Amino acid sequence: MEEKEKNAEAWDLVIQSRSSFFDLNLKDLWKYRDLIMLFVRRDFVATYKQTILGPLWHFIQPVFTTIMFLFVFGKIANIPTDGIPPVLFYMSGITLWNYFSSCLNGASNTFLSNAGIFGKVYFPRLVSPISIVISNIIRFGIQFLLLILVMLWYVIFKGLDLQLSWTWLLIIPLLIVMAGMGLGLGIIISSMTTKYRDMSVLIGFAVQLLIYATPVAYPLSFLAGKSYKWLVNINPLSPLMEAFRFALFHKGTFSAGSLIYSISFMLISFFVGLLMFNKVERTFMDTV
Amino acid sequence: MSDSVIKVENVSKQYRLGQVGTGTISHDINRWWHTIRGKENPYLKIGESNDRSVKGSSDYVWSLKDINFEVKRGEVLGIIGRNGAGKSTLLKILSRVTQPTTGNIKVRGRIAALLEVGTGFHPELSGRENVFLNGAILGMSKAEIKSKFDEIIDFSGVERYVDTPVKRYSSGMYVRLAFAVAAHLEPEILIIDEVLAVGDAEFQKKCLGKMKDVSGQGRTVLFVSHNLEAISNLCDTGILLQNGMMDISGNIEYCLKKYITSSRNANLAGISLKDRLKRTNGNVLFEEIKGIKNGNETWDFNYDDEIIVYFKTTAQKETDGLSFYMALKHPFSGEIISNIKTIITENKIRAGESLCFEITIPQRTVRPGQYGLYYVLGNKEGKIYYDVIDTNVNIPMLNINPSSIDMDENSGFLSMPFKMKKNA
Repeated sequence: MEEKEKNAEAWDLVIQSRSSFFDLNLKDLWKYRDLIMLFVRRDFVATYKQTILGPLWHFIQPVFTTIMFLFVFGKIANIPTDGIPPVLFYMSGITLWNYFSSCLNGASNTFLSNAGIFGKVYFPRLVSPISIVISNIIRFGIQFLLLILVMLWYVIFKGLDLQLSWTWLLIIPLLIVMAGMGLGLGIIISSMTTKYRDMSVLIGFAVQLLIYATPVAYPLSFLAGKSYKWLVNINPLSPLMEAFRFALFHKGTFSAGSLIYSISFMLISFFVGLLMFNKVERTFMDTV
Repeated sequence: MSDSVIKVENVSKQYRLGQVGTGTISHDINRWWHTIRGKENPYLKIGESNDRSVKGSSDYVWSLKDINFEVKRGEVLGIIGRNGAGKSTLLKILSRVTQPTTGNIKVRGRIAALLEVGTGFHPELSGRENVFLNGAILGMSKAEIKSKFDEIIDFSGVERYVDTPVKRYSSGMYVRLAFAVAAHLEPEILIIDEVLAVGDAEFQKKCLGKMKDVSGQGRTVLFVSHNLEAISNLCDTGILLQNGMMDISGNIEYCLKKYITSSRNANLAGISLKDRLKRTNGNVLFEEIKGIKNGNETWDFNYDDEIIVYFKTTAQKETDGLSFYMALKHPFSGEIISNIKTIITENKIRAGESLCFEITIPQRTVRPGQYGLYYVLGNKEGKIYYDVIDTNVNIPMLNINPSSIDMDENSGFLSMPFKMKKNA
């Protein structure tokens, strides 16, 4: 009898109909870290197979968007750029915005786009959105490199006064907050779209609209004294965007308080997302 | 010490039928309302057994109901049952793809499930890259795959193509590579669903051999297949599922026998066209198929009886001509009689018109035993299929009992006329 009791403890895995809400299984995730990196590689490599320009395509999108913004916001709307050369202003905003939006879009499609794999084999589902966030960092790196090249050009040929300073270190925590927010919101949305697809329709254009409520094409200082300023202020992305420009060009409007607001927003969305995702991943195959 | 590595306790799985849409949300809200008041999910009480041929009144079905069994270390368990009996659902729960509605499963050791070969293969990536990707998806670490890489490529026999994108592979090569990765997983428990249905005969043999090796090394295998021969070769024990419920479990021969005989008395009308074989167009359908012995309906014949099979077919559309084909199959191997081909009519059949005919197989042709039957309706040339009915789709098997004078009852399939000449 005693032996039987001992045996009962020795199960390696118990599959239950109901498990605790907080049973996150992060140990499992660590076991699958190789898979995360292989997914990153797959996403990156597979996109450029059979293309001539390969990863150079990452340059094209920000270049053309910058030209567009120069024309629409710079020439037509005549919006100032905080004293930063307009090209650098737009390009820096677009680079960071791209990172957020591709994390959010990628993570929010986790269940729908991986239904084929998820239906056939078990691995921690979180592997997918995490690999998306990481592979987007590579993409960000490439676009950031472009930004640096353009900045160098401005420094050398246009006499722009820019020094490398400690503020550049800010970029890393800013990226982490951005990643956490994209991932958190993304997995919340993906958890909500497995059963009812309405959210995925909504999110498609919500992200497109959100760029206008974020200081990407205009500086926050431009809104001073305007009645709709609160709309941009409650956007947790705004302080990150401004801080990013501050880190690069020493110009931007943000406070420690607003950064704390962004960070707490990130933490909350990340943990809420984690819990929702964890609950949905167990049975989503039945409804997806 | 008990040596069980898997213990399945009261596992049930409920599915909701029909579309997910606006109507579903009211059920969700109701369910949520019950949950926050601490009450039981109201929809768990309802639900019907999963018999797809009968039109049910409830939107909820139990795809699995109260499944209990244990698997011991080193055991090879075969899971058998007809289409829709719940085999795949059970495997999905075991492999953690989805969660059971009630009950729990306890597992000892690493579990790897092969519900499909080549899961996660990316068409643009090379064979080499896909081996790593697929291996990692199945739960291997990078180092593990690296150490087995040569072995995997060797087993697959696609060495020349390792650096070619898999989208350029023939489907056979694709499957070979994919199975090779899976075959080199070394889990304590391996779950396999019907993966042997692909690849050529030589490769299938190789796979079966590999699976035998796996079980020989004291690892546990759960195997689902419609290939009864493979099941009877590989497995020691089995469980038979029927409409989501466990019919019997135990010795594999016993399960197979039960499975083969369980299909009697099923009715054809309940089988919708969707469940009939896929390559048919449904212009003319079988409406009734009856075995007749001395004027009575039965599928139980004696070796000395003439076997008469009666067919009633009805045209669903106007059709030009009708031919019929019928084969007798041995459950563990292929067709043993395949010459029964005949034209029923050359003329036009109007929609709704019924044609009846009988096929007679002379007495003492087929040796005692159980045989699967396979019926086809087609156009005059036999090129286009109107309807195909097969023992896998819930129709009775033919049972031939040995006659009292038959001495060696269960050997051979066919009898052959012969002559004997003394003092030749």
